Amino acid sequence: MTQLLWDGLFVGSFYALIALGYSMVYGIIKLLNFAHGDLYMLGAFVAFAMLSSLGGIPASLSIVSLLVVLMLSMVISGAAGVVIERFAYRPLRNSPRLALLISAVGVSFILEYGVSAIAGPNPRAFPVRLEGEMFMVLGARITMPQIVLMLIAAVLMVLLDTYIRKTSTGRAMRSISLDRTGSLLMGINVNAVITRTFFIGSALAAAAGVMAGAHYGNINFLMGFIIGLKAFTAAVIGGIGNIRGAMLGGLLLGFIEAFGAEWFGGEWRDVFAFAILILFLTLRPTGILGERVTERV
Amino acid sequence: MTTTTTTDSPNAAPSGPKNVPRRGRLATSLSTILESKGLGWGALALALFLPLINASPYALNIMTTAAIFILLASGLNIVVGYCGLLDLGYIAFMAVGAYTAGIVAKSFMLPLIFTIPAVLVMTILAGLIIGAPTLRLRSDYLAIVTLGFGEIVRITANNISVTGGPSGIFGIPGILKIGDFDLQQPAVFYYFTVIVVAVFVVWSARLGKSRLGRAWRFVREDEDAAEAMGIHTYKVKLLAYIFGAIWGGVGGVLFAAHISAVSPQSFVFLQSALVLMAVVMGGMGNMRGVIIGALVISLLPELLRDLAAYRYLAFGLLLVVVMIFRPQGLWPSRASEPERDDGAAAGASADASVAPAKGKSR
Repeated sequence: MTQLLWDGLFVGSFYALIALGYSMVYGIIKLLNFAHGDLYMLGAFVAFAMLSSLGGIPASLSIVSLLVVLMLSMVISGAAGVVIERFAYRPLRNSPRLALLISAVGVSFILEYGVSAIAGPNPRAFPVRLEGEMFMVLGARITMPQIVLMLIAAVLMVLLDTYIRKTSTGRAMRSISLDRTGSLLMGINVNAVITRTFFIGSALAAAAGVMAGAHYGNINFLMGFIIGLKAFTAAVIGGIGNIRGAMLGGLLLGFIEAFGAEWFGGEWRDVFAFAILILFLTLRPTGILGERVTERV
Repeated sequence: MTTTTTTDSPNAAPSGPKNVPRRGRLATSLSTILESKGLGWGALALALFLPLINASPYALNIMTTAAIFILLASGLNIVVGYCGLLDLGYIAFMAVGAYTAGIVAKSFMLPLIFTIPAVLVMTILAGLIIGAPTLRLRSDYLAIVTLGFGEIVRITANNISVTGGPSGIFGIPGILKIGDFDLQQPAVFYYFTVIVVAVFVVWSARLGKSRLGRAWRFVREDEDAAEAMGIHTYKVKLLAYIFGAIWGGVGGVLFAAHISAVSPQSFVFLQSALVLMAVVMGGMGNMRGVIIGALVISLLPELLRDLAAYRYLAFGLLLVVVMIFRPQGLWPSRASEPERDDGAAAGASADASVAPAKGKSR
């Protein structure tokens, strides 16, 4: 029981990190960024490239090196997110929604098969494996690296929440998501804020990708597909467009999945998550924390 | 169709200078051929004539696969092209159709053709399960839910024993056998497929011009205005979705008959994306364009076997570029263009260059 809770919490914190980017981008330009899961994959591969070019890393330094690589990978993937927004989404901002969605599917293809063309289609072993002592807390097996990774995730989420609530950019983001034209009239540089949103969202997804690579030990070019869907589910559960909702949704989905896999068997894990998604969309499409928004014509 | 061209001629005048000079003489005559009424018959005649030139098993196999792909693309065209709903799990309907046909045919030892009622029931049911809750919401939700649905169907087929698990079902009975006449012979089956596909293609083109088809286009262009004009948008969208599902299910039956085996690996997301690609490349809503798109997408891999690693990368780039420069697809339906040019319909910019101006005026 405690083991399930712990597993759910751990996986859920990954989902939450990715769901944040989904939710932020959705909140600000009302786009479901299909390529978001692939930025998670890209983050893992950028870290993989950097770590393999460094060569052997002594085990004592693995946490430090991982942290450094994590930051670099966040910056690079964030920049990739900005480039994607600039070239694939911005020209289409006033086009029919269908065009924007198809463009996002195209970007997802470019990222997946671009990485596959460069790094090869086979799964790669992540160069750094985190190892640490395991201890039991109330019957749950918890390892030191898990705690470190969760701490990183928690720090990132708290930072983001503070950023959105306290800084002027955060205020601008919230204002744009309410009314883009109005924000423009109030002197907000809308394009710059959207760029920044993409940077932050992509960087968070990349952080999750690096941590997942370090934890699970192998990465492949399609790893972002399923987890992107799950992160979307998490964002919907929490209320899409709502930052705290995305965090809550991620953790909840982690728990739901952990228990679902326990009761129905591990091979049904993904089906279970999507069933939850469809259930939520039917019963409460605004999610737990989302308010009912009337759609503007 | 004729009425729109006559009434729109004054409106077409301002957009004229933009379109006309770009077309050279060759392009004009090409487009006359492409828009002529005989094109469909010509294509059908060509399809029926081809086995007389080359009837090797390899060629027949490719041609049959391409024909089934055309059926899928014409079905997805109803959903994406006519109604503007993005379906990213379309292959799931083919999976439902193929599995239903395979299971029913195998357990009762029936020829596949008699499984069609069961297939129709199952695909319509699947369409309702996915469409009913999500079509009330924004169209983006539908996109991602269909993506999830595609995965659910594949994983479920992989996990349960009725569908044969990861190895799938094999040894599916043929489509029909009366005495010595066996529809399963490659050449005969090819003709059968072409005729079935032709019927469905014509049917979907007719649907596009029907009252329902006009309602679909209206919903695609401006859902709120459509609703205000008294169109029951939810019902209309659900109908589009269900029609798409039926097309996919029939495609599944043909697929099961063609391969005589069904396994989960045939229904990955990539397949859905390829069908979508065919619809988008060909021109959303334009049945002729969609058929050409489907032919290109299904035959190109046979020609470009060496470039397999970059194929999907190029597809992705193409999708983005086409969306930026021609959001309606490479060859959109012509009838809808003048309407989009003068209307202030939300985001109806046919050309990227006029988009900013429209955005400001809103």
